[in-house]
Amino acid sequence: MTLNPRLRQFLQATASTLVLLAAWQIASYFFPHYLFPPVQDIVVRTVRILVTWPELKQVLETAMRIFVGLAGAFVLGSLLAIPIGRYPKIESYITPFLVFLQGIPALSWVIIAIIWFHGTEFRIAFIMIITTLPAFTFQVLDSYRSMSKDLFEMTMSFRPSGWTLFRVLIVPTILPGILTAWKINLGNAARVVVVAELVGATGGVGYELLRQQQLFDMAGALAWTIQLVLFVLVVQQIIVWIENWLLRYRPVSERAA
Amino acid sequence: MQESAPAPLIRFSNVTKEFAKPDGSGSFTAVDRLSFSIEKGEIVAVLGKTGCGKSTMFNLLAGLIEPTSGKVDVTGHDPFQDFNAFRGKIGIVFQNDRLMPWRTALDNVVLGLEILDARRSEAEVIARRWLSRLGLSGHEGDYPHALSGGMRQRVSIARAFAVEPDILLCDEPFSSLDEMTARDLRAEFVRLVKQAGKTAVFITHHINEAMDVGDRIMVFHRPARIAYEARMDAASKGAGRQAIQDEILKVLSLEAGEGMPPVPAVVA
Ligand SMILES: Nc1ncnc2c1ncn2[C@@H]1O[C@H](COP(=O)(O)OP(=O)(O)O)[C@@H](O)[C@H]1O
Ligand SMILES: [Mg+2]
Repeated sequence: MTLNPRLRQFLQATASTLVLLAAWQIASYFFPHYLFPPVQDIVVRTVRILVTWPELKQVLETAMRIFVGLAGAFVLGSLLAIPIGRYPKIESYITPFLVFLQGIPALSWVIIAIIWFHGTEFRIAFIMIITTLPAFTFQVLDSYRSMSKDLFEMTMSFRPSGWTLFRVLIVPTILPGILTAWKINLGNAARVVVVAELVGATGGVGYELLRQQQLFDMAGALAWTIQLVLFVLVVQQIIVWIENWLLRYRPVSERAA
Repeated sequence: MQESAPAPLIRFSNVTKEFAKPDGSGSFTAVDRLSFSIEKGEIVAVLGKTGCGKSTMFNLLAGLIEPTSGKVDVTGHDPFQDFNAFRGKIGIVFQNDRLMPWRTALDNVVLGLEILDARRSEAEVIARRWLSRLGLSGHEGDYPHALSGGMRQRVSIARAFAVEPDILLCDEPFSSLDEMTARDLRAEFVRLVKQAGKTAVFITHHINEAMDVGDRIMVFHRPARIAYEARMDAASKGAGRQAIQDEILKVLSLEAGEGMPPVPAVVA
């Protein structure tokens, strides 16, 4: 019997998930519920967050912070990457600085942001941007560098203005790289945001996680964590759809199922 | 210079182009004190073996690279320095088609017009007309990957012609095509250039192609200098053809011995 590869993949993923859930459920019979709450409790809490507006609002608040951070890092990263790409001489000034930034843990930025700035939202935005900026810059720079010299000269032969060159050649060239950068940084940002919310946020997934810890509520902690994971999965899927539409010019081999 | 004689449209005066070697050990001369001129309305075929500097000469002419010394003059301007003076004046058909993969055939032809700020609706009408002249009606919406090599090259010819430039530069435009397709496009190319009274420089490494397309043939030796020149009029396209072809073959074969680096001695 031959199965459609997609369906087989789905069945395999479902099987391993079921095994994990079953193991958890068995653990819940032997350990106290504040350590291993039953699966149905977690599911109920997860769904409750999604259908209770004040709770859903907090998820959206965190989503907004992720989005603002990524958008800020993307704009700043592009503003850095394109001049570096055009004038390679400035690279040796900026790159070491970005590499240095990349090494600083998110928690250090939390401390720095609390000492430097007032205003919770500003602190969070700062942390989100500064932690995702280096990756965005390097990824946009890489895709800029992959620009074809042939297409560049062909376009230049029509003598375009700087803005037209940007629009007709540079944007389409770096677009695939930008979409990949968004997909990668989305996961990073979702992990950083809960740490960033420790700067004194009075709402959001990070704040709720902290509260569940104080209440010793494992089902709650897991339910809030699942919200973030779901958010990343949903947005990633949206990016894939955008990608498939924007990059529809790419040939696809019939061998690639 | 006589006042009555019209200035040539294109003039190279003692042009040299050197490239720095990547390992920093001096430089490599690709074009060596090259001088020639081209009149308005001429199709000049430039013939030479691969690596003799044809494309380098071409890039100098297109203003994409700067001469190390000497002067390139096109309609009284330096194509590298006065880069923007040539907006819409030069159309280029490159050796490979250089289509933007994210643009359809139609949008690839529209590109030049779009850069020259033509209205979208007008640009589309013009682009469609050129595509149909080159036998590509029905393929307007196709992406380059779905077109054959010959079709892609025709799209790139349409892109160059659509802006109606005064000067057309073609760098081995048909060398990657099969002979049947190349023959059709060659005839079409000459027809288009002559019809519109344009000037063209046509680079090739095929003797027959040079003789079919050119009003004049310049044969290059490495590093790009003129080793032989012939005018192709009615007589030389007919009965005199064989004589010119023999002459060109002789000139090209002369280079083989002269231009090759000495064979290194083998130490036993
Ligand atoms: N950008 C470059 N840098 C270094 N060497 C080059 C460059 N472009 C061309 N050359 C060299 O100049 C010579 C002439 O090249 P080219 O003009 O492309 O020849 P053709 O078009 O006649 O085949 C070749 O030896 C080539 O290696
Ligand atoms: Mg060449």
